[in-house]
Amino acid sequence: MLHDRDRIFTNLYGRQDPGLQAALRRGNWDGTKHILAQGRDWILDEMKASGLRGRGGAGFPTGMKWSFMPKVNDGRPHYLVINADESEPGTCKDREILRHDPHLLIEGAMIASFAMGAHAAYIYVRGEFIAERIALQKAVDEAYAAKLIGKDNVHGYPFDFYVHHGAGAYICGEETALLESLEGKKGQPRLKPPFPANMGLYGCPTTVNNVESIAVAGTILRRGAGWFAGIGRPNNVGTKLFCVSGHVNTPCNVEEAMGITFRELVDRHCGGIRGGWDNLKCVIPGGSSVPLVPAEQIADAFMDFDTLRGLKSGLGTAAVIVMDKSTDIVRAIARIAHFYKHESCGQCTPCREGTGWMARVMARMAEGRAQKREIDMLLDVSTRIEGHTICALGDAAAWPIQGLIRHFRHEIEAKIDQYSANPHGDPVRIAAE
Amino acid sequence: MSVRRLAPDALQPASFAFDEPNRAFVAAQIAKYPPGRQASAVIPLLWQAQKQAGGWLPRAAIEHVAEVLDMPKIRVMEVATFYTMFNLEPVGQHFIQLCGTVPCHCMGAEDLKAVLKTRIGEERQVSADGKFSWLEVECLGACTNAPMVQINDDYFEDLTPETFGRLLDDLAAGRPVKVGPQNGRAKSEPLGGPKTLLEPGLYDGSAVGAWTAAFDERIAAQKAAKEAAARAAAEAAQVAAAQPAPVPAPKPAEPKPAESKPAESRAGQSKSAAPAPAAAAADDAAKPALLSAARDGRPDDLKLIWGVGPKLETMLHRMGVFHFDQIAGWSAANLAWVDQNLEGFRGRAVRDDWIGQAKKLAAGWRPESAVGEKPTK
Repeated sequence: MLHDRDRIFTNLYGRQDPGLQAALRRGNWDGTKHILAQGRDWILDEMKASGLRGRGGAGFPTGMKWSFMPKVNDGRPHYLVINADESEPGTCKDREILRHDPHLLIEGAMIASFAMGAHAAYIYVRGEFIAERIALQKAVDEAYAAKLIGKDNVHGYPFDFYVHHGAGAYICGEETALLESLEGKKGQPRLKPPFPANMGLYGCPTTVNNVESIAVAGTILRRGAGWFAGIGRPNNVGTKLFCVSGHVNTPCNVEEAMGITFRELVDRHCGGIRGGWDNLKCVIPGGSSVPLVPAEQIADAFMDFDTLRGLKSGLGTAAVIVMDKSTDIVRAIARIAHFYKHESCGQCTPCREGTGWMARVMARMAEGRAQKREIDMLLDVSTRIEGHTICALGDAAAWPIQGLIRHFRHEIEAKIDQYSANPHGDPVRIAAE
Repeated sequence: MSVRRLAPDALQPASFAFDEPNRAFVAAQIAKYPPGRQASAVIPLLWQAQKQAGGWLPRAAIEHVAEVLDMPKIRVMEVATFYTMFNLEPVGQHFIQLCGTVPCHCMGAEDLKAVLKTRIGEERQVSADGKFSWLEVECLGACTNAPMVQINDDYFEDLTPETFGRLLDDLAAGRPVKVGPQNGRAKSEPLGGPKTLLEPGLYDGSAVGAWTAAFDERIAAQKAAKEAAARAAAEAAQVAAAQPAPVPAPKPAEPKPAESKPAESRAGQSKSAAPAPAAAAADDAAKPALLSAARDGRPDDLKLIWGVGPKLETMLHRMGVFHFDQIAGWSAANLAWVDQNLEGFRGRAVRDDWIGQAKKLAAGWRPESAVGEKPTK
């Protein structure tokens, strides 16, 4: 198990004061000036060497992303935009950082901005996180008052940090949709290229990073790339916040080493599967966008990017949704299909029309009110949405359904059989007395 | 997508304007963004307008925000109808948003929905006393505390139909309620108390500065290594300057392939189309460092570079290129040299940005597909 001393988010559960004085005692803002003094290239090299992969879902190397920013300023300002539009079903880690460890985040934002020549960072907090937004703003005000950030701060690098918020659109978690929203428009993703590193917020070079990716930067640089890279498994290193929800005895958030096995994660932190390991049906290991993995494949799998990709799923945001055998898996995936129908931004036809179509078919299948040949049709349609849209929402809508059909086709068929064997399934009306 | 329309005219107030405290709020919001980018503040302003208007956005408020931000009305209307947290119709004094997405769904959101249906009525309907209305929404991001609802600004988590019923009773009676988990948890730690982050040393200040000695040591070591490498490179350059690089012995010219068989000429008759000797001499300056064999006999899988297949890989091996870091280290001139020497594939190396791809691959990144990932620039 990861040792407490190797955990980055030491106030994950909010048992300590999130305020500046307590944060300083926990080692936030400790020697930030000394780190910045090593220079921009050193920070980039160290972040690359740490092997940190973005914590927002795609797992792109963070150090490399930072290095895509233009090295020479052409007159346009550079921006860091932090994605705190945490809406992936199952994910609730950034919320804990915002409300309990905000100073780690602000410090990380300053370091990241320095490394990419940005003097301003915007954080886009999802609209529903009202208390979290207030907590973060309080921390920002503290940092300004203590001259840790601002035009004239103790670190000698002018840096402003602005809290912005959304208003309930999942799609704004997509980086270009987030930028559109931040510019005051509908959150509809942009075509790439041009990439945000060349033309992002207000047409200026911009990097969009997840909250967790930014918040770990300070600690990684302090303790060294070697320390971070030494945790976990090759190419999947470091610590990660896992959000375990669903049918475990004690659901919780926990910071663990990447590559911990699912069994150890659940047994050690979540009190085991509800009803014992034999009662495990399947797991969605990375938020609703990734396909489910059945019990026998996930139980002893390593929880990291590459292993889960090998299981035709993904680590995503490490939002682990556990389902035991009481779960009606067809209904659960139908609910996910409904989610994507609700959240499609409506820009690309395959997604706008396809998510609605799939949700309607899935809703019927959840009742068994379908024909078996429609299963293959559904699979076929899902492949026509996947990869045919500007952003990955179309893919994300298709994958859970493909996962369901891959592993639980028999359950869909059983429902259809059951429905057709009971042609008068509707309750018989009782005459009013 | 969902269809979202403004409330019927009968419900719309005649006018709306920000009150005094909110005018200060508006100014503070606009100040966050660069001059001329005040449209960025549209979501915070609409949100504040919704608060002032009693939990929903009348048409007059949307139009007022457009005026304040100097935006076309339709742009603000688009935003107001796109984002689902803007309620376009009146809501109850306690507006309940029930999370119905998968983790909450698995943990009993349907039961909570039944409670809402019996106590308040259908979705989107304000109860007769005006106190409650509810809406099923998508994931609210408190999944380890499922099932949960948001009532106005606050989260109420870890609910059961019983605790939820009591919560609604308390709200109806105007009694104070506890925000957050309702089952005795403080936040998102495991029920029964945290199992991690128990070490007192994390919180007593002993972590502060504990890292600096090791940090400075590392920096010194990195500096020393860099200087040593620079020295070694300088020495190597001197040696290279002292003895001219061996010129490869010219191979006997092969017969020029017939025009009608282009496929064969591409198939690796490398020397037949070699550049003229003068050009070759000039080009040698741009020749990158090449290896005679793969280090440890284990070449990288160059096919992971988009555009490199088995044939090009063999060609590169023959040339003396076995590793991603070799390619990653090339200059533009090196790349051009290699490109010139790719029989039948000229232009590929530059077109497919081999250096950029190799840099990513050398850093440990791996594409999803075995044929590589198409470079996007």
